[in-house]
Amino acid sequence: MSGEPLLRVEGLRMHFFTKAGVVKAVDDVSLALDRGRVLGLVGESGSGKSMTGYSILGLVDAPGRIVSGRIVLNGVDLATLDAAAWRRLRGNRVAMIFQDPMMTLNPVLRIDTQMVEAVLAHHDVSRESALERCREVLGRVGIASPDERLRAYPHHFSGGMRQRVAIAIALINKPDLIIADEPTTALDVTIQGQILFEMQKLCRESGAGLIWITHDLSVIAGLADEVCVMYAGRIVESGTVDDVLSHPMHPYTRGLLDSIPARNVPGRPLAQIPGMTPALLGLGPACAFRERCSRAIESCAVAPAESRPAPGRALRCFNPAA
Amino acid sequence: MNAATAPLLELRGVSRRFESRLDFAGRIARRLGARLSDTTVHALDDVSLAVGEGEVVGLVGESGCGKSTLGRIVARILAPSSGARFWKGRPYDAYDSESARAERLAVQMIFQDPYASLNPRMRIVDIVGEAPVVHGLVAAGERERYVAEVLRRVGMDAGAMRRFPHQFSGGQRSRIGIARALAVQPRFLVCDEAVAALDVSIQAQVLNLFVRLREELGLTYLFISHDLGVIRHVSDRVVVMYLGRVVESGPTQALYESPNHPYTEALIAEVPKVDARRRAYVPIRGEIPSPLAPPTGCHFHPRCPKALARCREEIPRLREIAPGRLSACHLND
Repeated sequence: MSGEPLLRVEGLRMHFFTKAGVVKAVDDVSLALDRGRVLGLVGESGSGKSMTGYSILGLVDAPGRIVSGRIVLNGVDLATLDAAAWRRLRGNRVAMIFQDPMMTLNPVLRIDTQMVEAVLAHHDVSRESALERCREVLGRVGIASPDERLRAYPHHFSGGMRQRVAIAIALINKPDLIIADEPTTALDVTIQGQILFEMQKLCRESGAGLIWITHDLSVIAGLADEVCVMYAGRIVESGTVDDVLSHPMHPYTRGLLDSIPARNVPGRPLAQIPGMTPALLGLGPACAFRERCSRAIESCAVAPAESRPAPGRALRCFNPAA
Repeated sequence: MNAATAPLLELRGVSRRFESRLDFAGRIARRLGARLSDTTVHALDDVSLAVGEGEVVGLVGESGCGKSTLGRIVARILAPSSGARFWKGRPYDAYDSESARAERLAVQMIFQDPYASLNPRMRIVDIVGEAPVVHGLVAAGERERYVAEVLRRVGMDAGAMRRFPHQFSGGQRSRIGIARALAVQPRFLVCDEAVAALDVSIQAQVLNLFVRLREELGLTYLFISHDLGVIRHVSDRVVVMYLGRVVESGPTQALYESPNHPYTEALIAEVPKVDARRRAYVPIRGEIPSPLAPPTGCHFHPRCPKALARCREEIPRLREIAPGRLSACHLND
């Protein structure tokens, strides 16, 4: 692959220009993803994890705007694309899976209509061969009797099945990059297990890169190769899953891991991060985590720049845990 | 259960059916030969449950298993279609009189969605203070002092009183919901997915609040959740439900360490764990069946890796497999 990753994001800033002021939803985010790898993007509500995903796909609406940064996919800088080129890219080379499949599937169209549309939008093939492709992907995401299912409407399906259909539509044109925004959050545990299993297999087989956006570190632990932890619009820590989860350096990562019930003694108080996530509007120059941080020192009055404490790891903290 | 002292709360053979009758057009269509009929959902099917004083019972299961219906029946929001409910050893009906008002208020519910369960047009002082005044627990003139005290108990400042729900974050709204339940001095809280909508760091704060309140006020909880990690952390005893039936129950540690029912086993195996890296998921097959048309015999048999021919026909009975542990599986015979 000549050293160039599938996706490279450098210094991405996406701000919302509202009447009340500028909201820095994504602030200086850099990441890279290779083919066949899974990158977990973890954070709490409002951390900018979904907005990072939307920015990569060029799905940011006013009053939001990408202020600076480079997004390079397959060696092409996405900022240079015009509207027609974006249309050729989305749903074809890059696909997105959203949290709520009820919102992404059209309730008044049959599954076959919605799937065939995705194929015909990008390929000059007959409807019959498009349908053949639909049957194939439905089978791959674990939907039995695809012929029957193709003629059904979204409301005929359970939540888990709908999400499988949404995943099938994302995969239908064999994309290079898939961005999945909390696709299993609304699903039950056993169904989540099935979907994680399918996604893992599909990425390994097809060599697509996958960005998995979630608030759940335990899902990332089982699925991803690398992880980026986001807080208030910035990636505060990143590295391989083993490094970051076994030896968290940022106090926020450590706090998140410690507050997971399964890692605490049952019945005893959980280790908790005090306070709450700051409002992004009017965030000062200080480190956004400073108010909640047990390791805060004087230097934290200025947001720390990214440092490289070890090969393959990045960190934004003046006083990291060893 | 200890025979000498009745459990604080007990359900015996409780079932709940939801019936959807055909509307006018449907009835005409049926006359004309359409194959339509009234539909019945068996949300709960012969569920028995006992909760001792001061105990935390965790109720776990996936969507549609009837865990919320059970919580609502315990909290008097719904009546069971059949079966009996007991509070301190006496049937629920025995507390219908005016003099037993305090006993009726003793079971309170905390709802899942901290956004939808608070009236957006009411100030916090009214949300928390209305019920205790109506029920005569505090005089109207004492209301603000009382609300301030309840808010302090859940870790909120008395200054919050004058504000409206939209001015609070999810975690603070959860605390307000808890304060509203505590305001009528309950003994028993039904927590229906009380932390499901919260971020991880906030979830830990609210779980700690539940643990602290239990110690301070001697509360008993029925803690309903789909999150096995949360259930394991807070509960003394766990009840696992599948499609309206209890499939297994037992002390938390024993149940997590050696699950007996294949469904419990699968559920525990599927939970993502931080310490399991890049694991190979071995998912359980199939969908959760619709409660409109549940499978015959054991409800779990179509997905069960160990199903026998018998599982298709015969409903397994919930039987004791070890002291304090019950399981409904034919494999135990």
